[in-house]
Order: sequence, then structure tokens, then C-alpha cells
Amino acid sequence: MNETNKTNPFINGLIKENPTFVLMLGMCPTLAVTTSAINGLGMGLTTTVVLTLSNIIISALRNVIPDKVRIPAFIVIIASFVTIVGQFLEAYLPALNSALGMFIPLIVVNCIILGRAEAFASKNKVFASALDGLGMGLGFTVALTLIGCVREILGSFSVFGISFKAPLEAAGLSPIAIFVMAPGAFFVLAAIIAVMSVIRDKQIKAGKETKIRACNKDCASCGDDGCVHRFYDENGADTAVGKKEGVQ
Amino acid sequence: MENGSKDKKTNTDEQVNKLPSVSPTPHVRDKSTTSKIMGCVLLGLLPATAVGIWNFGYRALIIVIACIALCVLFEWGFEKICRKKSTVKDLSAVLTGLLLALNLPVGVPWYIPVIGSFVAIVVVKQLFGGLGQNFMNPALGARCFLVLSFSRYMTDFSYRPGWGNADIISSATPLADVKNGAAFSLTSMLLGNEAGTIGETSALALLIGGLFLLCMGVITWHLTGMYILSLVVFAAIFGGRGLDFEYLAAHLFGGGLMLGAFFMATDYVTRPITKKGQIIYGIFLGCLTGIFRIFGPAAEGVSFAIIIGNLIVPLIERITVPKHFGYRKAAK
Repeated sequence: MNETNKTNPFINGLIKENPTFVLMLGMCPTLAVTTSAINGLGMGLTTTVVLTLSNIIISALRNVIPDKVRIPAFIVIIASFVTIVGQFLEAYLPALNSALGMFIPLIVVNCIILGRAEAFASKNKVFASALDGLGMGLGFTVALTLIGCVREILGSFSVFGISFKAPLEAAGLSPIAIFVMAPGAFFVLAAIIAVMSVIRDKQIKAGKETKIRACNKDCASCGDDGCVHRFYDENGADTAVGKKEGVQ
Repeated sequence: MENGSKDKKTNTDEQVNKLPSVSPTPHVRDKSTTSKIMGCVLLGLLPATAVGIWNFGYRALIIVIACIALCVLFEWGFEKICRKKSTVKDLSAVLTGLLLALNLPVGVPWYIPVIGSFVAIVVVKQLFGGLGQNFMNPALGARCFLVLSFSRYMTDFSYRPGWGNADIISSATPLADVKNGAAFSLTSMLLGNEAGTIGETSALALLIGGLFLLCMGVITWHLTGMYILSLVVFAAIFGGRGLDFEYLAAHLFGGGLMLGAFFMATDYVTRPITKKGQIIYGIFLGCLTGIFRIFGPAAEGVSFAIIIGNLIVPLIERITVPKHFGYRKAAK
């Protein structure tokens, strides 16, 4: 089913289709919880665990779940894992749990998890789905930790909770507090996406990369709005219809 | 055949290029240019700048020069890096720098003008496409960024009177006095020998500059007048002091209203185009400023009111599109 996509699903999620910076999925936790690197890392890893486990189960049940009720079925599976992970966090990492607060239960409706279930796990074998979940989850984790790091360094002069505020304050500097507030998340996210776009444009010019990413004809998981195959494939057929009939 | 059509096309292109370039009507032009308008506003700000420097000492002069130089530098640098046409000569960056400096308290550390100028020119102005494309007043956007980031310095209005930077008098702004029910002096509000940001303290100097702009036709009464009027009405209704002259005068002259209403809300890029739109915009700003001042936790609200107003300008423009000449509503 996935022959067109030659890249390893693990690497794919980590860099080429990074859920945060390329696919722009899961923006709500990205913007809300990344006030520090630890919070970003915790949120990312929690999501990774849920994503990998739910991808495995959904992939294993993909021939059992009827097409018409697949979304409620996916949500039941995802919600079960979120509950389990949430209770683990509450028991063993209460500090992180209270820092992330409402955003742990909200992982249920995180569009990365539902998106991967719909676009990948429900169509691929168990091992590939597990790799995809792990890759996407780690891509999300890296993104959130990076945003959290930048916001923490600029906004509270510390990184991973290790403060270097004292020497800088002695030198008369004070942290730019807006970066740990909501607007700071937008500034940092936008800046990182801009840098990534510059790098990608340079690679395209150098011929190292011809497209943003290889088209796997799977428009549901693709963030490329300018793609000519967004709704129709090269023969002019509606991709959604083509997929249903198994024509590619 | 293909070649033929291509040649033909280039021929017509050349012919078009050879035609004397004539712009569409009207051919009678006003002599105003961007740099002339910006120059007028700069001139209008001179009295307030001078009073600010006189009141707050050499430190204020350093902040003003630094902000202007940094804004011009960032404008030049960004356009150089992006290989865009340099717009330094249109004076808009100079004006942004001066307005930013006038919006800072005198006691800010050295990096606040640097960060403020960067946010104003690069983030608010150039990233959105440069002059004419920015959706928010750059100087005010930067001021709000700084207030949220460095609230300790940005709300520390210690008053350093005189040129020699003598004793630091730690005092509240007149608006804070008004809010807390403390005594305030109208004469010092007019003359400006009191606490506040560098440019906002002297209402008299700002009024002189504002009247200059009105006489030069750079601004019209619609926006500024409605802004001031609606704030007075709002304060009279909701202020709890009724038509108390001193209270209302303090709202007019005590904070950044004069600076905001004459020089910053009237920014050509971020205000509505039509007169009707400007009246609506002025009323909106007045009410918003009143809400922030009377019901909000802080004493002052002009800068936040104006940047929120900037955001709704596109909506105001949509409902105030002028009708075509001769347009009649279709009969039902």
C-alpha cells in the first residue's frame, strides 16, 4: 500500500514530515505547554507513548473495525491509552502531571494521533505503524522540546530547569518575560518554521530535494496545500475515490 | 509558428514599453510625499521631545538618539539582507524610533531600546512587508511587547528632574494618582514636570505639535477629536466623579492620550481610510481607553487600546466602503 513512500516511516515522522513544523498538527499543546523544555519533553514523550500504542492496536484491528464507525472506534482506543498514561503520570510524576494539567486528557483529541490512525495505522501493517507512531511521536517531542528550550532560555533564563539567571541579572539583564506567555509561543514557532523553510528552499535550489516531501498520494496526512494532487491524481481521477477502489 | 507568436508578443511588449508612461487620472497631483508627511509629524513631535529631554535630563536624549539610530539601522540592515529597496530615506523609521523613545520611561536599561527597535522595525513592520503593509503601529507594538516583557522597568516611572540627573524622585504617574484618589496638579500635567514616559508628560507641548499637524493638514479632526471626545464622555459617565472638571482634565492631559490621539492613532498605515471609518475608529479607541483606565488594573490604557484598534481597522473599512458615485439601492 505504501510503496510510493520509499522513506522509512520512522525517519519520515522525525524530519521530513515533522508533525509540528511541517504538517502543522497538534498546534494546541505545542503552543500551550511549551513554557519550559521539561514540559515540552514531558508532553512529547507522553504523546509518543499514546501514539505508538494506539497505532499498534488500531493497525492490528484495521480489518476488524467497520469503515463507518472507525473514528469512534479509534477514539475509544486512544482514550483508553490516554487514561492509562495519565494515571501513570499522576502516580509517578505528579509535578509534570500538574504542570501539563488539562493537556494530558486532551491528548485524546490531539490531531496528530487521530491523523496518524486515519492516514497510516488503519492502512498499514503493525510493525510499520509502530515505527510511524514512534517517529511521529519523537518528531513531536523534538519540536516541543526545541520550542520549550528557546522559550525557557529567553523567557526565564534557564534551560531544563537549570537556571543561569543569577550571573545575567548581576550583569543587568532581565529575561524577556513575554516568551513564557502565550504570545511568545507564536513568536518562537513562527521563527523556527521560517528557519526550516529557508533551509528547505536552499536544499531545493541545490537539487538535493526536489519537493517538500515525496508524495505518497495520501492527501489526508499531507500538509502541502499547493500540491497539484491535493484532490486529483495525475490522471485526473479523484484521489479519494481511487483509494477506496484500490486504484493507484 | 510558435516562434512567430513569441516574436509578435515581444514586439508588442516593446511597443508598450516605448509608449510614454502616463498614469491614470487624476493628473493634478498633491505635492505631499511619504517623507514630507513623516517630516511634518517629526516636526510636530519636536516640542514634546524637547520638553521630555529638558525634564528627564541627558539620559532621555541618549534614549531618543539610540532609538532613532537603531530603528534606521534595523530598517537598512533588513532591507539589505532581503535585497529590498532601501526605504530609509522616507523617514518612517526615524519617526518609529522617535515615537518608541517617547513611549519609554527614562530609567530603562540599555537593552530595552535595542529590543524595542528590533521588534518595531523587523517584527512588526518589515516581516509584514514594510511601510504600508504593517497591520499594527510599529512603535506601539514594540511598546506593548516591552511592557509585557519587562514590566518592572517599563512601569518604573521614577522621575529624574533636570538636565544634571540629580535626585531620583520616585513618584506615581498623574493617572495613577487619579486612580488612587491622590492629589494631582493640572499645571504640571500641562508643563510636563512629573513622572511618565519621556514624551507623554507635557500635554501643552503635545497640543502645540498636534495643532501644527492639524494646520498642515497631515491629520484631520475626525479621528483625534472623536477619540478625545468619546474618552471624556466615557469618563464622565463611568468615572464615578460625574462632570468634575479636574477629573476629566486629568484623564485628558494626565497620560498618553495626547501623544496617542494626535501622533499614533493617526498613523496613515493603521487607521481607517474614510472619514466615517475614522470617526467610528476614534469612538472605539476612546471607549476602549476608558474601559482600560477605569475598569482595568493598570492606570493607563492608550497603547493597548490603539493596537487593539489597529486590529479591527480592516473590519471598520469593510463597513465604511464609500458608495460609487450615482449608486442607488436597487428597488425592491
